[in-house]
Amino acid sequence: MTNEQLIQKISSLLPNAACQQKQYVTVKVAAADILQSIKVLKENADLFFDYLNTVTGIDQKNSFGLSYILTSSTHRHTIIVNTTIENRENPEIESLYPLYKTCDFQEREIFDLFGINFKNHPDMRRIFLSDDWVGYPLRKDYVDEVNIVQR
Amino acid sequence: MEQTTTKREDISSIDYQEFVINMGPQHPSTHGVLRLMLKLKGEIVEVVQPHCGYIHRGIEKMCEHITYPQTIHLTDRLDYLSAHMNNEAVCLLVENALQIEVPERVKYIRTILDELTRLASHQLWWCAFGMDMGALTTFFYGLRDREKILDIFEKTTGSRLIQSFNVPGGLMNDIHKDFQKEVKEFIKYFRKILPEYDQLLTGNVIFQQRTKDIGILTKEDAINFGVTGPSGRGSGFSCDVRKIAPYSAYPYVKFEEKLQTKGDTFSRYMVRMHEMWESMNILEQLIDNIPEGTHAVKMKPIIKLPEGEYYQRVEASRGEFGVHVISDGNKTPYRFKLRSPNFMNLSVMHHISRNHKIADLIAISGSLDLVIPDIDR
Repeated sequence: MTNEQLIQKISSLLPNAACQQKQYVTVKVAAADILQSIKVLKENADLFFDYLNTVTGIDQKNSFGLSYILTSSTHRHTIIVNTTIENRENPEIESLYPLYKTCDFQEREIFDLFGINFKNHPDMRRIFLSDDWVGYPLRKDYVDEVNIVQR
Repeated sequence: MEQTTTKREDISSIDYQEFVINMGPQHPSTHGVLRLMLKLKGEIVEVVQPHCGYIHRGIEKMCEHITYPQTIHLTDRLDYLSAHMNNEAVCLLVENALQIEVPERVKYIRTILDELTRLASHQLWWCAFGMDMGALTTFFYGLRDREKILDIFEKTTGSRLIQSFNVPGGLMNDIHKDFQKEVKEFIKYFRKILPEYDQLLTGNVIFQQRTKDIGILTKEDAINFGVTGPSGRGSGFSCDVRKIAPYSAYPYVKFEEKLQTKGDTFSRYMVRMHEMWESMNILEQLIDNIPEGTHAVKMKPIIKLPEGEYYQRVEASRGEFGVHVISDGNKTPYRFKLRSPNFMNLSVMHHISRNHKIADLIAISGSLDLVIPDIDR
């Protein structure tokens, strides 16, 4: 499918999502319906995004962003789904583990480094750092006077 | 007095005890500092829980404080056996974002070095895999031939393992004048040697019994877990980035994406053995046709990417390596995410080694070909 067709198809399926043509087609959805939206994208036979390349957490100063890169193993098209979590104090979002088992590790990594809590994740623990680590290192306001040199 | 000896009939009637043991972080067959926490019932593995992070260096955080050309040197330190591909991912990302067209010569040399890296990586995997299973001879065979590739690297790039030969806009230097001759000599040599690998290990009855029908990963699960590279292709998941989104000189060459359907340990082994032949085919198509030209285009001294979101993927030796950059227009990336193939390949470990013997776990982890610095980042 070409990018124009992708945008057309996705906007007809997800009327609330904003599609944009960048390097890849970028779809912006609300954090509350992330699971529903991606379920629609995965189960539609024309889109069939069954392979989740990666999930990226982004610290956007006042909020958190999440970027899901999705690829279809049969049609071989790729899109990026973006969402924003407004609550910085207690960030929470629905886990995509029911759709993609790769989220088991990937969401644990984001929990470890950003402190975003994924609801309904089967095993929400830190993955790289030790359990008694204080703070979330990839946040922009993380302070570590010993190991991070400020120039 | 308490009875200390157990009668013979008592042993046959007891239930197998449940144990929790740690495999690693210092264990020869985990190839680095990976710790697998195993719950065993007798000799049967019930739960595998990987504990990572022993060499977590925070490379993603470090990259937020350094410029784009500097990040290249850190991507070497992820999967050190596919260092050249990792470099290339960052360079391609910067070049695509700035819309720079690199000379044809650069594309050819990059692809040749990619395939040489893949060959060297698969040779090391082959020899270490054999050694994990108790076949010590493979280790000497593999390292002997890998040395020849490393010598070629040393002559052209200046270093043997982590080269950092790619820079945004091209290559750090032109190739050595003997490069083409030596690569052709190596291919001629290795075409004769590779059948020996098969004679030594592939056809071995003990090896086949230890790998066939062990650790079966279905195609659906491979896609769902995001298992890419030879491990995914062993399950029939067509995930070769060289075919899906061709980059550098891959659009110009003809090669096959080797797929197996069974998804067991032996299939993953066979995919890599076939890939070595395919790598040599690609090399032969390119090595005589390197176009003349410069080895790099002139870049601005300070590279700033336009504001936006970029994702670049390449096929590393172990799967899809991706760089996801969020730029805010500065000379340093705002967010630098690395999609490392080994991290996703590790996540499937519990799923495929459940209900196998503990010795099969060694075979399975060997066939997934894990490189630990790539997992921990």
